Amino acid sequence: MQTMVAESPVNYVNHQHSVASWLLTKDHKRIGILYLIVVSIAFTLGGIFAALIRMELTTPAGDLLSADIYNRMFTMHGVTMVFFVLVPAVPAVLGNFVMPLMIGAKDVAFPKLNLLSWYVFVTGFIFTVASMIIGGVDTGWTFYTPYSTQGSETNVLLTGVGVFITGFSSILTGLNFMVTIHRMRAPGMTWFRLPLFIWALYSTSLVMVLGTPVIAITLLMLVFERGLHLGIFDPRLGGDPVLFQHLFWFYSHPAVYIMILPPMGAISEVIACFSRKAVFGYSFVAFSSLAIAVFGFLVWAHHLFVAGISPYSALIFSFLSFAVAIPSAVKTFNWTATLYKGAIWWKTPMMFVFGFLGLFLVGGLTGIFLASLGLDIHLTDTYFVVAHFHYIMVGGAIMGYFAGLHYWWPKMTGRMYNDTLGKLSALLIFVGFNLTFGPQFILGYLGMPRRYHVYPPEFQVLNVLSSAGASILAIGYLLPALYFMYSLKWGEKAGPNPWKATGLEWTTQSPPLPENFPQTPIVTEGAYEYTKREIKVA
Amino acid sequence: MPSGFSLFPPQASTLAPEVDNLYLGVIAITAFFAIVVVVLVTYFAFKYRDDSGEKIGEPIHGSVPLELGWSIIPFIISIGIFVWASVVFFHIVRAPDQTLEIYSTGKRWMWRFQHVDGQREINELHVPVGRAVKVVFTSEDVLHDLFIPAFRVKADAVPGRYSAIWFEATKVGEYHIFCAEYCGTNHSAMIGTVFVMEPADYQAWLSGGGQNTAGGTLIEQGQQLFTQLACVTCHLADGSGRGPSLVGVFGSTVTLDNGTTVQADEGYLRESILMSQAKTVAGFQQLMPTFQGLVNEDGVAGLIEYIKSMQAGGAPAASTGTAP
Repeated sequence: MQTMVAESPVNYVNHQHSVASWLLTKDHKRIGILYLIVVSIAFTLGGIFAALIRMELTTPAGDLLSADIYNRMFTMHGVTMVFFVLVPAVPAVLGNFVMPLMIGAKDVAFPKLNLLSWYVFVTGFIFTVASMIIGGVDTGWTFYTPYSTQGSETNVLLTGVGVFITGFSSILTGLNFMVTIHRMRAPGMTWFRLPLFIWALYSTSLVMVLGTPVIAITLLMLVFERGLHLGIFDPRLGGDPVLFQHLFWFYSHPAVYIMILPPMGAISEVIACFSRKAVFGYSFVAFSSLAIAVFGFLVWAHHLFVAGISPYSALIFSFLSFAVAIPSAVKTFNWTATLYKGAIWWKTPMMFVFGFLGLFLVGGLTGIFLASLGLDIHLTDTYFVVAHFHYIMVGGAIMGYFAGLHYWWPKMTGRMYNDTLGKLSALLIFVGFNLTFGPQFILGYLGMPRRYHVYPPEFQVLNVLSSAGASILAIGYLLPALYFMYSLKWGEKAGPNPWKATGLEWTTQSPPLPENFPQTPIVTEGAYEYTKREIKVA
Repeated sequence: MPSGFSLFPPQASTLAPEVDNLYLGVIAITAFFAIVVVVLVTYFAFKYRDDSGEKIGEPIHGSVPLELGWSIIPFIISIGIFVWASVVFFHIVRAPDQTLEIYSTGKRWMWRFQHVDGQREINELHVPVGRAVKVVFTSEDVLHDLFIPAFRVKADAVPGRYSAIWFEATKVGEYHIFCAEYCGTNHSAMIGTVFVMEPADYQAWLSGGGQNTAGGTLIEQGQQLFTQLACVTCHLADGSGRGPSLVGVFGSTVTLDNGTTVQADEGYLRESILMSQAKTVAGFQQLMPTFQGLVNEDGVAGLIEYIKSMQAGGAPAASTGTAP
């Protein structure tokens, strides 16, 4: 694990230069970069939609956008962010890049399939963007029937096909990761020596492989009903509109864990490195990922408490929703305990971890409110829900993604970014985020429904606060784009292990060799043995 | 309508304080955990800060008692919240036996309300204070959701079936009605106002203020339809007809031909009228045609109210809804 080699002038970036060498690459690292590019484009697009939403909502009247355009904005914001940012960000960008490095493999198990996954992803994205260019879609990202099958006059089919195609990218990536983690670990890399990021990716892959086909089937049924008038969800054709919600959430609730588990894994890596010690309760953190993946499949109907399901089934789903919160709480306590008696190194990735802990905490605890039946009736479909899931998905998942990206950026590019600007970005995002979404909890309890283009004047103060926060948030997100770009050319050279971290990915040069390691590493100890030896720095 | 800045919506139903207490209770519990974690993280972050990057943390790998403690204790607290919230939930979804019934239909983009005395209103709902009211509603097109924040009640309007909310208003005033399930272009304009009135004012409104009382009470309308649609030819009161007698059927438990039983509520009656093939009463043949398309939502409400009024003893009794 601790072998250090003389740095080779050849690395995965510079060994081939042509555009074709990137577009036809089978190297997991290059594929990770390809994903990074597409995900960043999608994040920008989704962010622009969000900005327009927040601008519209600064006044109670619908004065900036028409109702139809507003409805398209929040739909396309949701579709873009969920399917093209949150789902792929950590597994497909960071996972692809570092997972084989972390387990001491030369690549993933099926490199060609990995490239295919990216093409499938891009094809789905092109379909979805095309649907936006020819007029967009206005069903909400949830595509609820019968509005999506007979009400909406927008491009539901094209968007549905785009999302459908993208799903296969998830399935193939999940499959690839599972096989890789089973079969490609370096000698000595036992399951309980795996970094926790790998456990998180493994759990996520399970959900991707088992859950994604359900959304694919559901979207296909929607397409059949809308296009061919098969009566599946439309009551006038003998269908059941609530059936769609069951099927949709059977995937889309586990998908929440696809979005949050990998960032949680990244958080474990970063917190260990910058506390200079092992993650507290390694096996509890590892198994909590699996528990979340499994229990995550049993809570879907908590999205349907006001949809007309039996009150007794509501009881069961409420109870299970409380149960699924426990593994997340366990993780949070373990991360907190990891800090205890650490040597906490205040670098940019750690600042994002602190941000993550604060925001994820609020997101998780407000989930308790929504799992509580008597409260959910009042809160569901209001801004309380909007605030809650943004705290999880943006405060949790995107913060975790940024922590991971700032942690592995030197490995990916061989360059350091500006640490001060990085910390500033983390601070702006944390403050801007709370200002944006904090007031929305109050708005929700006051009764402001989500997806409202115009609203009663008494909600304006909180909406203005929220929009003000969003502008701070926007600066916080733009800043990394600038200093990351700058670092590519002018950043200080990182060396193999700038953070003096454990983990196989830090034993090879930055950027890594095309084949990752000069020779297959041999693992002799656990993932976070900061104390056994001096961390070697080349 | 509330104006100015506040943290809580008006508390205007018997359910509202229950929900608010639960809300405050959950805030207290979650805030405790949030504060513990935030204080510890902040304290550790400063106390153990070391920016040299050269030092190593203490080799602490975990503690099984701690893990068990912070798994089990939150779980027990969760169960406590679960039970409390479920009790409140059942108060919200279980209407009392005696309610004033109002029928409603959501359609893009308006709420129509129909009182048993025949008054109809759009995007306005007049109700008396201090009386349990049940709104039975459906949708004519896509999903909607009838949400009255001041009463802390909400339910989806699903095409093809009935949903219900109930409330007992405690404060005279005007409160928002929102559509809370996204329904297309003017979703955010599908709003209205509940007018909670003193019983005397409500009576005055009923007898004069209602916008449209043409066609008589719901029961009268239903009775007319019952003859017009020839329901009366099969559903004979004495049970000798080709269809079951409907006298006293509402609220009873009906045995079906497959041996199962069903509670004869508004939803069951609605389904029997519009999708008669869905369920067949034991001892009868499936002969009834479907009335889908032949009778509108108002008509269904009338028929149901008329069927409700058929109580043992012959002549239609006054509905519970019409009693002052």
